[in-house]
Amino acid sequence: MRLLIKNGRVIDPYSGTDETLDILIDKGKIIDIKPKIDGKDNKVFDASRLVVAPGFIDMHVHLREPGQEDKETIKTGSLAAVKGGFTSVACMPNTNPVNDNCGVTEYILGESKKHAIINIFPIAAITKGLKGEELTDMADLVDSGACAFSDDGQPVQNSQVMRRALEYSKITNVPIIDHCEDKNLSRDGVMHEGYYSYLFGLKGIPAASEEIMVFRDIILSEKYQSKIHIAHVSTKGSIDLIRWAKDKKIKVTTEVTPHHLLLTDNLIESYDTNLKVNPPLRSETDKKALLQAIKDGIIDAFATDHAPHTFDEKEVEFNNAPFGIIGLETAVSLLLDKLVHKNIISLQRFISMFSTNPAKILGLKNKGKICVGADADLTILNLQKDILVDTNTFVSKSRNCPFNGWKLKGAPVMTIVGGKKVYPFK
Amino acid sequence: MSFKHKHLLGIQALSVSDILTIFETAESFLEISAREVKKVPTLRGKTIVNLFFELSTRTRSSFELAAKRLSADIINFGKQTSSVSKGESLKDTVLNLEAMNTDAIIVRHSDAGAPHFISTFCRSHIINAGDGAHEHPTQALLDAFTIKQEKAKFKNLKVVIVGDILHSRVARSNIFLLSKMGAKVVCVGPPAFLPIEFQQFGTQIDYNLDRAIEGADVIMMLRIQLERQQKNSFPSIREYRNIYGLTEERFRKAKKDAIIMHPGPINRGVEISSDLADSLKSMILKQVENGVAVRMAILYLLLGGKDRETSD
Amino acid sequence: MNEKIKARVMDSRKIKRVLDRITTEIIERNRDLKNLVIIGIRTRGIYIGKRISKLIKNAENIDIPVGVLDITLYRDDFSELEAQHMVKKTEIDFSVTDKDVLLVDDVLFTGRTIRAAMDSLIDLGRPKTIQLLVLIDRGHRELPIRADYVGKHLPTSRREIVHVKLKEIDDKDEVLITEPSSLK
Repeated sequence: MRLLIKNGRVIDPYSGTDETLDILIDKGKIIDIKPKIDGKDNKVFDASRLVVAPGFIDMHVHLREPGQEDKETIKTGSLAAVKGGFTSVACMPNTNPVNDNCGVTEYILGESKKHAIINIFPIAAITKGLKGEELTDMADLVDSGACAFSDDGQPVQNSQVMRRALEYSKITNVPIIDHCEDKNLSRDGVMHEGYYSYLFGLKGIPAASEEIMVFRDIILSEKYQSKIHIAHVSTKGSIDLIRWAKDKKIKVTTEVTPHHLLLTDNLIESYDTNLKVNPPLRSETDKKALLQAIKDGIIDAFATDHAPHTFDEKEVEFNNAPFGIIGLETAVSLLLDKLVHKNIISLQRFISMFSTNPAKILGLKNKGKICVGADADLTILNLQKDILVDTNTFVSKSRNCPFNGWKLKGAPVMTIVGGKKVYPFK
Repeated sequence: MSFKHKHLLGIQALSVSDILTIFETAESFLEISAREVKKVPTLRGKTIVNLFFELSTRTRSSFELAAKRLSADIINFGKQTSSVSKGESLKDTVLNLEAMNTDAIIVRHSDAGAPHFISTFCRSHIINAGDGAHEHPTQALLDAFTIKQEKAKFKNLKVVIVGDILHSRVARSNIFLLSKMGAKVVCVGPPAFLPIEFQQFGTQIDYNLDRAIEGADVIMMLRIQLERQQKNSFPSIREYRNIYGLTEERFRKAKKDAIIMHPGPINRGVEISSDLADSLKSMILKQVENGVAVRMAILYLLLGGKDRETSD
Repeated sequence: MNEKIKARVMDSRKIKRVLDRITTEIIERNRDLKNLVIIGIRTRGIYIGKRISKLIKNAENIDIPVGVLDITLYRDDFSELEAQHMVKKTEIDFSVTDKDVLLVDDVLFTGRTIRAAMDSLIDLGRPKTIQLLVLIDRGHRELPIRADYVGKHLPTSRREIVHVKLKEIDDKDEVLITEPSSLK
């Protein structure tokens, strides 16, 4: 049976649409979009007073499977994603074993098909074992389904290796995603280096450790004409560099996380390990620069860097806790409330950063847009719904979220993947 | 009188009046330490644990004596004696100790914030005896108490702190405390040990000891923690001593009645010349003596009276 | 706190008279006055002790040293208190060992203060004897303690409060009985 979504405010940044339309879906595709479509013979969902957006894509997620199923699995991560309004996620390769070969990529895709909740796009490692030395078989990996390459968490330090990866990626035409961190500068650091790290006596991670690598990547990308995507940008200096690169039409794109937009280093006064993340929560100045960059269109996408860790792993001394914050179930509401309702960006731009742009960056042709023939992945939002972030209600396996107790306005209320309603859960 | 803290985690949480209360109380305890019977029954029946994850003789014994002079029962617990070496988490270690009905836990830990973390799940009073490069509140209190004895007031005193400021919890706690009390604090050390952000704590920073020491009332030398240095923070001990060591010649540039302090243990001939360390200007042993009285005051103020709900 | 004054039981004239009388008793009982030392319990015991010392000096021309005892650290109701009492200094610049110690306090009530004071004294040395002087004995003892010299026996109810005021710190000499006005 066909699904008809009626009376929704359809916003499609790809075509610039923002009007009340009906959408007809059949066999996983959008087959018609019109102001009035006859409801008979169709299953009808009335989306009056709701916003219908192209399915949201989180291009930076750690699903932890294979290897760390106590933190998250492909299944629980998928449930968390659709609950948070996402129809697709790209998952990072720092699993165990590392996703540096077709076997692991195929395993992830197989698991994802088995649960059939959401589109999962594996990101494969740039180098074997994330060791930063030998390139993986990139073309083979793309054939198996890899959508991008990244050594997230263990970024490539050797600039020659990065150069080769960028050159080679042109054959596959998928982006290289870099977690920018000079590991020599950041060694043993646990929070942003600055006044507050000195105040709290914690070892700092200087902004320079990120900026140096952002600059390196930009220079390499310009020189070798390759696509580079800067993951979770966090400092004012990085923004300045990316702004400069974009002015020069260098093929650089970037993403930002909700936590870097909303939280700052001073909060670590509590030594709450749920605030320990890499890149670290930066200063107020950095946060302001990120918000300005969003307004200016310098940042292309939102991404959560959903990084689940168990309660016990986080319930330790700050130095001993692993880095990471989960974000799939909170990102959309957080940014609806703090960016859209606070008039920092338009709803149109919000949707493009969650959907249209990530689809473009990852080269997902039939996603990130609402048009006849596009995949029927839709995220339906209620802009006025009041929610309370309560980690006890999370479907993710982990609870390492610093936003517990926040009251927010606006939430995803229905997620449709391939024409099927996957959230609310039955 | 009101000292309404449940824990002593750092100097930052203390008000000027809290600090004066601690000093006034310590004053009374000095007298007890001078008695023939150096013991009062005040904390009889209280159980205190010295939980030291880092080696320490001075601070640990000072707390131990302080507790004993107040008639509390105190046991020592270290990395070697705990199950931490068997992989037990800090939380489990502390919960196991607390199950034995402890009233206060004195914590020394190499990680900044460990005492704060413990205070989030613990019933006992937590006293920070040094956490990583963060704070060492009782050391700062005994330092300031010693300065008060010698100089009577803090207002406009020039206190020069010399050494590895960045990694020093003693420096941090002293900066917070002395600035609160109105002293003028100048930090001196090699740039790698002295980020400019320290100015935001209300201190001056200077890389030149000869210049900074002029007109100083108090010179506080920090131990160069040879064991903790990252490579290349400074080229060599020899060079460090030449630029930042306290010698007689340098000391003459300070005020005539200037005093020298050091939290110990000292590296003779590195940060301070042996003669100066033993001179009358040196408060090093006085600091140790005052340490017991100040720690008695802390234990008394935290453990005396009914358990307060107010935490900090 | 609102308190209602119920009676003014002593004025400066009466206080002077009882201290004179007590001084005579002390001189009579202590053959070896040179071995006597006075220890006043903070706060008002100090001033009563100093007055006694002066009266003995006037009568016998002997200097009796006066020490100050702070009993806070010896209290047995320590963990019952809402907040800690400020510890003040004990100032006794002579040895109490083998001395006849005259312990002085303003009001004798439950006896617990005196118990604490004796414990404290014994930690300071080994006095030959300890005698107790109080200006007011208001009864309601909880420990087997009795004063050797009493200015006035004052029957009271437990609710009542006895205030001893001394001009050294309170501007005038008087003893009042008050009662907290009924709650609300």
